[in-house]
Amino acid sequence: MKSFTLDHATDTDSALSALRGGATTIAGGTNLVDLMKLQVETPDRLVSIRRTGLDTIVEDQDGLRVGALVTNADCAADQRVRTSWPLLAKAILAGASPQLRNRATTGGNLCQRTRCGYFYDTSQACNKREPGSGCAARDGFNRIHAVLGTSEACIATYPGDMAVAMLALDAVVLTQGPNGAREIPIAEFHRMPGEDPSRDNTLKPGELITAVRLPAPTGGVQIYRKVRDRASYAFALVSVAADVSMEGGRIARCSLAFGSLGTVPWRDRAVEELLVGETPSPALYTKAADLLLKDARGFGHNDFKIPLAARALAATLHEATQG
Amino acid sequence: MSRTDTVTYDSPDTRNLLDHTRQGVIGKPLDRPEGPLKVSGSATYSAEWKFDDCAEGVLVLATIAQGTVQRLHKQRVLDMPGVLAVLADEAMTRRSTQGTAGEAPVQGVHTVDYFAQPIALVVAETFEQARDAALALEVDYVESKSPIALDPESPDAEVEDPDNSETVEGGDLEKAMHDAAFAIDVEYRTPGHASAAMEPHATIAQWHGDRLELHGSYQMLAYNVKEIADCLSIDPEKVRIIAPYVGGGFGSKLGITHEAVAAAIAARQLKRPVRVVMSRQQVFETVMRRSETRQRVRLASDASGKLIGLGHEALVSNLPDEEFAEPVTQATEFLYGGENRLLKVEVARISRMTAGSVRAPGEAVGMQVLEAAMDELAEAVDIDPVELRKRNLPAKVPVEGTAYSSRMLVEALDQGAEAFGWDQRRPRPCQTREGDWWIGMGMASAARVNMLVPAEARVTLKADGAALVETDQTDIGTGSYAILGQIAGEMLGLPIDRVNVVLGDTSLPAGAGSGGSFGAISTGSAVMRACEAIRTTLSEALGCDTDALDLKDGTATSGDLSQSLSDLLGGNDIVETGKIEPGKTAEDFSQASYGAFFAEVAVHAFTGETRVRRMTGAFGFGRVLNAKTARSQCLGGMVWGIGSALTEELAFDLRDGHLVNHDLAEYHVPVHADVPAIEVILLEERDAAASPLQAKGVGELGICGAAGAITNAIYNACGARLRNFPMTLDKVIPHLPDPFAEVA
Ligand SMILES: Cc1cc2nc3c(=O)[nH]c(=O)nc-3n(C[C@H](O)[C@H](O)[C@H](O)COP(=O)(O)OP(=O)(O)OC[C@H]3O[C@@H](n4cnc5c(N)ncnc54)[C@H](O)[C@@H]3O)c2cc1C
Ligand code: SF4
Repeated sequence: MKSFTLDHATDTDSALSALRGGATTIAGGTNLVDLMKLQVETPDRLVSIRRTGLDTIVEDQDGLRVGALVTNADCAADQRVRTSWPLLAKAILAGASPQLRNRATTGGNLCQRTRCGYFYDTSQACNKREPGSGCAARDGFNRIHAVLGTSEACIATYPGDMAVAMLALDAVVLTQGPNGAREIPIAEFHRMPGEDPSRDNTLKPGELITAVRLPAPTGGVQIYRKVRDRASYAFALVSVAADVSMEGGRIARCSLAFGSLGTVPWRDRAVEELLVGETPSPALYTKAADLLLKDARGFGHNDFKIPLAARALAATLHEATQG
Repeated sequence: MSRTDTVTYDSPDTRNLLDHTRQGVIGKPLDRPEGPLKVSGSATYSAEWKFDDCAEGVLVLATIAQGTVQRLHKQRVLDMPGVLAVLADEAMTRRSTQGTAGEAPVQGVHTVDYFAQPIALVVAETFEQARDAALALEVDYVESKSPIALDPESPDAEVEDPDNSETVEGGDLEKAMHDAAFAIDVEYRTPGHASAAMEPHATIAQWHGDRLELHGSYQMLAYNVKEIADCLSIDPEKVRIIAPYVGGGFGSKLGITHEAVAAAIAARQLKRPVRVVMSRQQVFETVMRRSETRQRVRLASDASGKLIGLGHEALVSNLPDEEFAEPVTQATEFLYGGENRLLKVEVARISRMTAGSVRAPGEAVGMQVLEAAMDELAEAVDIDPVELRKRNLPAKVPVEGTAYSSRMLVEALDQGAEAFGWDQRRPRPCQTREGDWWIGMGMASAARVNMLVPAEARVTLKADGAALVETDQTDIGTGSYAILGQIAGEMLGLPIDRVNVVLGDTSLPAGAGSGGSFGAISTGSAVMRACEAIRTTLSEALGCDTDALDLKDGTATSGDLSQSLSDLLGGNDIVETGKIEPGKTAEDFSQASYGAFFAEVAVHAFTGETRVRRMTGAFGFGRVLNAKTARSQCLGGMVWGIGSALTEELAFDLRDGHLVNHDLAEYHVPVHADVPAIEVILLEERDAAASPLQAKGVGELGICGAAGAITNAIYNACGARLRNFPMTLDKVIPHLPDPFAEVA
């Protein structure tokens, strides 16, 4: 670990001013500190935002506003979340461990970095860690890597669960920055690697996440299916977040997001359009999966994710529509 | 005055003494006396000792697999804040020591044998400074011009028979396969495993003049003293190791590891204590691994399923010149019949960290494959898998003709099957579906060789009638403190709170160490021997025959004679050292612990995820010394079996040889949610040939075949006959039936 200074911001303004001075935000520290120990990240100035008071959950007529500092544990336990946006609670509880969820925050979770083993290992080439050095994962051990949204430069997944649920729920990320406040639809928050995998999201320098807004509840059946190598405490191989409403035996409305499948939390509106108005059937699920995965490409060890995603989608739609 | 009373175990001790003593503590499910310290965080583990002026060392690991270190750019690092030294001493080790080596491992850190091998140690005032400096150290390498293979199955890998080859050949296996009514000829693979002990390897070294003192985490202290002394070219008498608590080892702490030698060298140079703690990644990358295996199993049976031929041939790997070869066929030698046989292990010489003993070397992976192949035979013959095992238990060890000392395999199979409800199993796959899950059952036999090794222990019966047991035996979380106290309490007629056990210090008599499931029976036999000598002295004092002496609750009785121990001792302590040496019983009998596993799994019809729903294990391992700690050992073994079946795999990048999943986030051991209710049945057995305690080893038994039962259950659930461990969902999916099809 390199030496660094740590300041505690007491409100949003003092946090922003520290960020303008070149500081890096630290919230729960469950991801950042690990990366600093390995010197994958080497900030020399940290500003902790844990005392900024951005840790409340507020409900109004537009929906729910979850502060950036609300811990994953508190968010998942919130009665409003559990009742009206159960998908979010389910996704959070499918992630990490109770200890980590007690510490991890809403903003930090959105910004968590990939779990690509080559990214964490400074003896290896990685364009995300060191732009231009190459991508060791592409021809390496890439079992956990993405099959959608990849580029020549990087094939790493966004590994988290919470953001996948938020994507299905049409959440909006609220930020404050040097140029004032912004509202970023979550679908535009994470960025695909393209030629510059070093930037995971569309936050601008000096910008701080202050909250995430969830629109009014849909009342649909909400399911989070996380497929993984062991029953708990493992990142998803593929996950599916679904919010589905039925009417007269047909799918009336549906939103679907996928985790650990693409380089970003993945949503494909064309798949949803294909499903709406249809009667659920195995054949329909196959059609939806074919459309979802038409551009999917494996890199060897992760080829299995393509059939797995199709199966996870079928299982989720089956469950969501048979009840 | 202490005497040493030695017994060489040449003939079975059939007196069965512990069944005639009267205290009644032996075998009882007593709590571990050190348990409260451990769960309250007040047991001091190796890195937690506090010493003034302790400097901190961090190892630097190579970023090439093979070659030499040409230059370390030390100066820049020495100029960094707090840095005290950069060491690349030729006495530092580049390989881990094999268990019971008792001599220095391969040294000389400027040659690189495998990726991430230690090449230097950076020492600084604080851990953070040392770690930063270690990462900053620039190294020039010259890569080897003639590198050896990185993968045992690559065509470039040099393959040889190991020196200690235990090849068994008898009759004509080819012919038996040809003549057989049923012949199974299958190839399985198991991946490399990490020991994955909870406590990382750590040492604090300090010198008192020419004497070296180490607080560290090791399994076999008497050997470790010799190993480190050999590295440093000093007299082993001048080394003391203190390791009262060890947070798991699973083989990786049998021999001395890199951090200990490096800390000792640094402490000598800096003239102050030096602590070196390996990071989790460094532990994964540099300590002993279990070799991956490729195993060909051939089973030839007659129409009734009786084996007429048995082949088990394995390819394992290690670094060049390492003698250890994963003894995959160890239990195959004696478990089932079939006179026509070929058992053989070959070693590919490759560049990966040293392969050595990890959790039941041999049987853990050998049995899981043999037992999976047996399931394939049961299906071919169309008989119940339990019945197939029973039909194939030979009267004597095939080829060798040795007699079995004891074997409760039939009892384990029957009682396990009964308790589990094996009769509910449907023989054909894909018969039971609950919601989205296919449900199946599988079973396997368990077997693990028994070993008695040299051990010494001192027992003091104090003038006040309390006892003290002392040996350098380690407790690696297994229950050594508990069972050694129970043996002494039983032999001396003392309630357990009157016995104090002190372990893990090489200034005490040399116990067996913790490895190969031999610690309890070997060191326990030494304790028993010392107690026998004390009993003789007590009977003389009371005026009776030793055989007629009754000791209970601190009182000695014989007929009408009765006296409290403190009166009998008349103000004197009795101190005796007991010593056990293995003898002829080791050759005269085939000794092993046996058992049977039963598992029920659920396989997700869509995603191929497998979850174990319940497991039963029944085990016979001679006398049960403590029903609670023995049960815990069996439970732990079965949990590792879940890992071996479903999740554990060392993943190497075959381009440069580095280990990709070098931490507990990516190397998946089972977590709580993966472990269902596990039932353990302990069978009462006495084995006089195994040890004077009439006990056999239990530590590793619970893993030896467990993964086979799970694999067989996966097949029974969904029809996926997988031969490539671990059975991750990507391997299951291609075999799954249409999830929407009606269940037949
Ligand atoms: C062993 C392990 C297992 C895990 N398993 C899972 C899992 O299964 N599923 C899952 O989803 N996650 C998992 N996680 C990841 C975990 O969810 C994240 O580490 C956590 O959510 C990060 O939150 P934090 O507050 O600790 O972030 P920090 O570590 O403090 O910060 C992470 C990043 O976010 C930035 N940041 C933090 N807050 C803000 C803000 N308000 N505005 C702008 N930038 C900000 C920081 O600068 C940093 O770059 C796991 C983590 C570990 C260590
Ligand atoms: S996949 Fe991305 S994160 Fe991983 S090594 Fe390649 S560039 Fe780095």
